[in-house]
Amino acid sequence: MSAPATAMHPKYEVVIGLEVHVQLATKSKVFSWSSTAFGAEPNTQTDPVCLGMPGTLPVLNAGAVEAAVRLGLAAGCAIRPRCRFSRKHYFYPDLPKGFQISQFDEPICEGGAIKFRLHGEPHSVRLTRIHMEEDAGKNLHAAAGVSFVDYNRAGVPLCEIVSEPDVRSAEEAAEYVRAIRALVRYLGIGDGNMEEGSLRCDANVSLRLHGAKEYGTKAEIKNMNSFKNVRDAVEYEVKRQASLLDKGERVVQETRLWDASRGVTQSMRSKEQAHDYKYFPEPDLPPLVVDEAYLAQVRASQPELPEDRFARYTGKDGLSPQDAGVLVADRETAAYFDAVVKAGAPGKKAANWVINEVLARVADPRALGGADLAVPAAALAELVNLIEGGTLSGKLGKDVFAKMWAEKRTAGDIVKAEGLTQVSDTGALEEACKRVVAANPEEAARFKDTPKLMGFFVGAVMKETGGKANPKAVNEILRRLLG
Amino acid sequence: MDPRAATSTIASIAPAVRAGKVRAREVADAYLERIAREDAALGCYVRVDAEGARRSADAVDAAVKAGRDPGPLAGVPLGIKDIFCTKGVETTCASKILRGFVPPYESTVTARLAGAGAVSLGKLNMDEFAMGSSNENSAVGTVKNPWSLAHVPGGSSGGSAAAVAASLCVGATGTDTGGSIRQPAALCGVVGIKPTYGRVSRYGVIAFASSLDHPGPFARTVEDTATLLEVMSGLDPLDATSVPQPVGAYAKAARAGREGLNGVRVGVPAEYFAAGMDPEIEAAVRAAHDELARAGAKLVPVSLPHTKYAIATYYLVCTAEASSNLARYDGVKYGARTADPKSLEELYSRTRGEGFGREPKRRIMLGTYVLRSGYYEAYYGKALRARRKIADDFTAAFSQCDVLVTATSPVPAFKFGERMGDPLQMYLADVLTVAPNLAGIPALALPCGFTKAGLPIGLQVMGPPLGEEACFRVAGAYESRTQWHERRPPDVGGAR
Repeated sequence: MSAPATAMHPKYEVVIGLEVHVQLATKSKVFSWSSTAFGAEPNTQTDPVCLGMPGTLPVLNAGAVEAAVRLGLAAGCAIRPRCRFSRKHYFYPDLPKGFQISQFDEPICEGGAIKFRLHGEPHSVRLTRIHMEEDAGKNLHAAAGVSFVDYNRAGVPLCEIVSEPDVRSAEEAAEYVRAIRALVRYLGIGDGNMEEGSLRCDANVSLRLHGAKEYGTKAEIKNMNSFKNVRDAVEYEVKRQASLLDKGERVVQETRLWDASRGVTQSMRSKEQAHDYKYFPEPDLPPLVVDEAYLAQVRASQPELPEDRFARYTGKDGLSPQDAGVLVADRETAAYFDAVVKAGAPGKKAANWVINEVLARVADPRALGGADLAVPAAALAELVNLIEGGTLSGKLGKDVFAKMWAEKRTAGDIVKAEGLTQVSDTGALEEACKRVVAANPEEAARFKDTPKLMGFFVGAVMKETGGKANPKAVNEILRRLLG
Repeated sequence: MDPRAATSTIASIAPAVRAGKVRAREVADAYLERIAREDAALGCYVRVDAEGARRSADAVDAAVKAGRDPGPLAGVPLGIKDIFCTKGVETTCASKILRGFVPPYESTVTARLAGAGAVSLGKLNMDEFAMGSSNENSAVGTVKNPWSLAHVPGGSSGGSAAAVAASLCVGATGTDTGGSIRQPAALCGVVGIKPTYGRVSRYGVIAFASSLDHPGPFARTVEDTATLLEVMSGLDPLDATSVPQPVGAYAKAARAGREGLNGVRVGVPAEYFAAGMDPEIEAAVRAAHDELARAGAKLVPVSLPHTKYAIATYYLVCTAEASSNLARYDGVKYGARTADPKSLEELYSRTRGEGFGREPKRRIMLGTYVLRSGYYEAYYGKALRARRKIADDFTAAFSQCDVLVTATSPVPAFKFGERMGDPLQMYLADVLTVAPNLAGIPALALPCGFTKAGLPIGLQVMGPPLGEEACFRVAGAYESRTQWHERRPPDVGGAR
């Protein structure tokens, strides 16, 4: 746990532990066969098992196990060689069986940490555990007194990632959740969409005086469905608790809901506090055995993870930490960048183009993974190399890129069709330079005392050549003619 | 076609139907007719599906006519315990809370039976959610013991055992959580087996206590029971606890028993002759041991020292699991819902209060108590450790013998109302049958005599895990040397 980069509260240390639920993007549900796709008509993606109909039994989806193991390995967790599922009981209409199949005393992953950077500083938040469970359905409240239940989501596989109370600021909390999203997307095990609920976060927030050993009373904050919500809600909660403590009042242990429209957390006032979930081992599922051979197989097919890529970019590729940070934020961006470099473009130049031109033109970086991208990686590499080779000036290059993006054409094609080739032919350039010097005798005479006039001459030559002249060559010729 | 005839067995009917000598429709009609005549007095069936039965029988006959083999149970009329979900046919587990529930899916067991050519005549009565030993806990009427209408048929599969005894079907399905196949089989004088845990899929069988529930068959003969079990058994991808080992040749093992039991070691556990056993039953079981010895078996005294903890262990595990399994009946998705609830809380409490009978309520409360946070170790945790000890007892015993032979029930059928006032006394009816459920080992019940009052006595044959063949061989041997299974209860024909 490194020092938070954000402003510390002057009096209190902020202590945050997070519970993040990640929906796993398996085709079918964790214990049955209906689809997990988001957005279907209510109750069209159900089956007797996920509806908890009498006599039906859960059968564990191997794909969900693989996803949980991938996540655990990526976070450096210990994977239990043998784990089991438990029933967690409570009554609610969206819970079909009156219990949720979850993991209690034997989670699949234990320990580990989520690593990320905040303002360039490396952070590491330790994990308590990652366990597997099934999602519940959704209650839909219609007119007064009328409610409906949609069970499409019931039985969608979840991983719950429980952190240690290592987080020390609202900003760090949001960045932690963002890092989990990046990890989930890198691993291809989920889409981590907070707005759609495929990534959900609860925060346990408490304060204590700086230097105090005991934790303060915590409040659990729910209903934060964006990174901004996480930051704002925690920030609000810190202020709320600090003002209570300042007044000598006590923080009540409770669950509070974030109301984004009003920007406040509110007590749920539920009877939840007294919940006894009556956990016991799920008798319908045999213990889950994850052996070394299986782990080795999953390990061998793990993709390169954000932090490893960051190290590679800042090391071998010589990128700045800022640029590397932008590139690794999304798997698709990093993969696109890698492809540009692989197609022959130099790393630093490729990074500039990807960050300043390509990313500026897409709303969601995941679009860079699309097959119909206007400027595929190889096309960008071609453009970068045309500039590097002196065929195009940097300025022309940007114009060409804009055309490539708009018209889905290659750089070579545009350059050829529009006669944009940069003039590097010294004979032609010499003629042009001579014409410019001859046309401006006064400036030529003053050049010895006023070297900054070089800019004027270069500009004039560029104008003469329609912007196609190689500026480096023009400089050399002019210096000789005027020298 | 006379359902009471000695030839009304699977072993006779299926080959005749397959050969086109008898029509499945003719068989089904004979049984439907008999049900119409006899069952009003007995109350075995909660739902007779005459139309469905005739339709399946006709399909079997059509297959035979077209030269296709309808399967090993061609045209065999079966009764199905109302705990098995049957697609399109109301399934209530004899509970008000599932009134009107028509499953959109079929249990693996009934699907396999139908796939083998069996004809389902309808759904059989039982104790509500399989909780009971007398069939008095049914919300849809009691079942009478065909041997004496004043006596209970046993439970929870009372309808199944009574229907087979009264020739209202050739065979039946049942479930056994603590004796619910074997005890009614004993009390009604028929054969029933609770196989190894996982041998028969539980998919579509309404759960009472998941780790103890065992579906299994009933029939009048050992061989028929074996044939049914062969069809019901096997790995099921829909049940994660089902076992992958190949299904044994049970019917062949049952027939092999007729050749004698040379080399077979029959264990006699001292703890299964405890105080409280009816002397007539003890005498019958001792006589059966002698008969097995005459068939060539060697009797081996063994000990199962943790037997005394079986009932307590069983009631901790089964109530805990039942309280969990029955949580889904909340009036939200299917089955009965209370009228006009004013709040969510009221929807739950009233639906469940009105829908469950006394025994499910009692077990939900006990189980909820057992699983409370902070008490798990003291009750459920301790029960799991005792369960391990009980299973270890069996492992040790089976290192000295091939099967264990005991009584099934310490008492013959009792009278209606006799034990309803005292749940604990009722729970003790399971004293000889619960341990095999806790250990997951196969255990079979078959007739071994009658009391002076004319009530059946049942023998129990237990085997090691997946030792069904040994059970069938020993049971087959005993049956071939005795005539108990040939007796039939008198027709009651409309008597009330």
